[in-house]
Amino acid sequence: MPNDILATFTVRRLTILNENGNVDDALMPVLSETEIRRMYELMILTRTFDERAQALQREGRLGTYPSTLGQEAAQIGSALALHHSDWVFPSFREMGVQLTLGYPIHRLLQYWSGDERGQVSPENFNIFPMCLSVGTHIPHAVGAAMAARYRRDPVVVVAYFGDGATSKGDFHEGFNLAGVFRLPVVFICQNNQWAISVPLKGQTASASLAQKAIGFGFEGVQVDGNDVFAVHRAATEAIEKARSGGGATFIECLTYRMADHTTADDASRYRSPDDVAIWRAKDPIMRLERFMDLRGMLKDGYVEQTKTFATSTIDEAVRTMEAIPPPLTAEMFDHTCAVLNPRQVRQREGG
Amino acid sequence: MARINMVQALNMALGSEMKRDDRVVILGEDVGRDGGVFRVTEGFQEQFGSERVIDTPISESAIVGMAIGMAAYGLLPVAEIQFLGFSYAAFDQLFVHAARLRSRSRSRYNCPMVVRTPYGGGIKAPELHEESSEAFFCHMPGIKVVVPSGPYTAKGLLLAAIRDPDPVLFLEPTRLYRLIKEEVPDGEYTIPLGKARVVREGGDLTVIAWGSMLERVMKAVERYNAEVIDLLTLNPFDAVAVLASVKKTGRVVIVHEAPRTCGFGAEIAATVAEQGIMDLRAPILRVTAPDVPVPLSKLFDYYIPSIEQITAAIDEVLRY
Ligand SMILES: Cc1ncc(C[n+]2csc(CCOP(=O)(O)OP(=O)(O)O)c2C)c(N)n1
Ligand SMILES: [Mg+2]
Repeated sequence: MPNDILATFTVRRLTILNENGNVDDALMPVLSETEIRRMYELMILTRTFDERAQALQREGRLGTYPSTLGQEAAQIGSALALHHSDWVFPSFREMGVQLTLGYPIHRLLQYWSGDERGQVSPENFNIFPMCLSVGTHIPHAVGAAMAARYRRDPVVVVAYFGDGATSKGDFHEGFNLAGVFRLPVVFICQNNQWAISVPLKGQTASASLAQKAIGFGFEGVQVDGNDVFAVHRAATEAIEKARSGGGATFIECLTYRMADHTTADDASRYRSPDDVAIWRAKDPIMRLERFMDLRGMLKDGYVEQTKTFATSTIDEAVRTMEAIPPPLTAEMFDHTCAVLNPRQVRQREGG
Repeated sequence: MARINMVQALNMALGSEMKRDDRVVILGEDVGRDGGVFRVTEGFQEQFGSERVIDTPISESAIVGMAIGMAAYGLLPVAEIQFLGFSYAAFDQLFVHAARLRSRSRSRYNCPMVVRTPYGGGIKAPELHEESSEAFFCHMPGIKVVVPSGPYTAKGLLLAAIRDPDPVLFLEPTRLYRLIKEEVPDGEYTIPLGKARVVREGGDLTVIAWGSMLERVMKAVERYNAEVIDLLTLNPFDAVAVLASVKKTGRVVIVHEAPRTCGFGAEIAATVAEQGIMDLRAPILRVTAPDVPVPLSKLFDYYIPSIEQITAAIDEVLRY
């Protein structure tokens, strides 16, 4: 027939943990109590970091800072699915990912205080510097995945970005290449439904972001981004699929940006507090707490202890960060190239 | 007349031009509901509607590309790129298309658009928010590059840029947005593109600057008999004004916030060397940022030319 249906598609949406703390047992990933506690503790650590960073910014001790508030499940749930040898390409709002992977906390603060040395990821990590230019790191992840496969390394590459990044050409070009070459890469979009003042519907006319992957020939799945178990399950499956040669996956974590875009923004200019209140009720940490409470996991002052420990960990990191001597002028030159050119050498010496 | 800052002056210019001419449309990220991240387009979406003040997705290449299509069709788009550091994705559209549409179609089509963008540093912002890469765009024959240095020049130049029949890149020095207030006429006025202004007369040397460096230069020259030229348009730059001043003073210091190598100062110095060398009594000196990527705030003060570096260069040329 000349008018056949050529393709139809479906987009899955995964939720495991509901707002009352109940889980769908059939979908619940196998996680020990220790692993669940680790999720919770990292989410609390991330939130504590975030609160402190915002306070430090108000006191002028940090520069402009983008809050992770409300996105903890999307970040911790996915980062916990990574192996140590995997490569991570973050955008600028993934401090929960870095904290989960064990990135030195004081360096995160140092970066946001206006000191590039905070971008130095430890030797035993494969975390790229945060990418401030929206979406432009997506092709880098694709390239690293191409290299990993060339080397026959069992490495998976993960790129993190926001809903706004899906409007960039780099997103489309990177996705296309990942599909064409069937690469071991997982794209994790934290769809927090805002890109500064532009709501999701101003970013795309598509019913979901997940379905964008289909046009590039690989799977896209939407998960409840405030459900740490759903995120973890989807990320684990995608990462293992990539590791075993199954190609790329796009995971859209549907969440919400609870705070202003950054400390330089005032979201009350463009969105109603009622919308924010709706999402406050879906708080990812509260949800996990309810689950743990139902299982009797919060006994003996566990919540308080977790928060106290997080606070002291962040206190310590702030002290470490503030004890770092300011960078010397030479610092600005020394990493420009492996060998400075003669003019740079002169400039470095003040000439 | 009102004493206003540069954001207000730009807002005033855009608003009055939108009222005067329904071909003027604004597009860019967060320009509508939010009024732009620096509030330059504040209030316009309510006033003119979302068909004329368009909040776009994050798509710099398409913002400029669309503006080209709109301009060729007969509108006068004023596109905003949120920060100059995010314009690089639109380089292709600017260089390959905006700059050449007239030439490629032998003037059958032209591209009367303006791309406005905050540029330059000193605002303690994150990476890529403090770029000063104006020279790239001066190397694109077919595009004009304009840099106001205060509220008064901002308004007059923006009106001239919108009315220009060709593409104009309009670089707004971010550090000056709210730093300086000036008397700005309520009514329309334009400042011609391609013309510099002598902001201070003097006989011993000529200091050439633009954008936020002008403010710093004016502080540096206080105790000198220096003539100060504010270029206002970088491409095409006002060689006539520069050469006339050099003829008078015989000494030149050029100050820019961008890195030295292939910075726009090189073009000015070359022009003076070609056409004014007989008037020179001293080497032409440049005070610039070093050849490194723009650092974050902790090192920024070492990066941007300081008043001391400017006065040192002045003292140096005065030795001759
Ligand atoms: C290429 C580029 N254009 C514009 C900006 C300015 N900007 C910074 S964040 C942002 C919104 C990003 O939205 P999204 O991708 O959804 O990430 P989120 O901020 O919500 O985490 C914009 C427009 C930028 N950083 N990079
Ligand atoms: Mg977003």
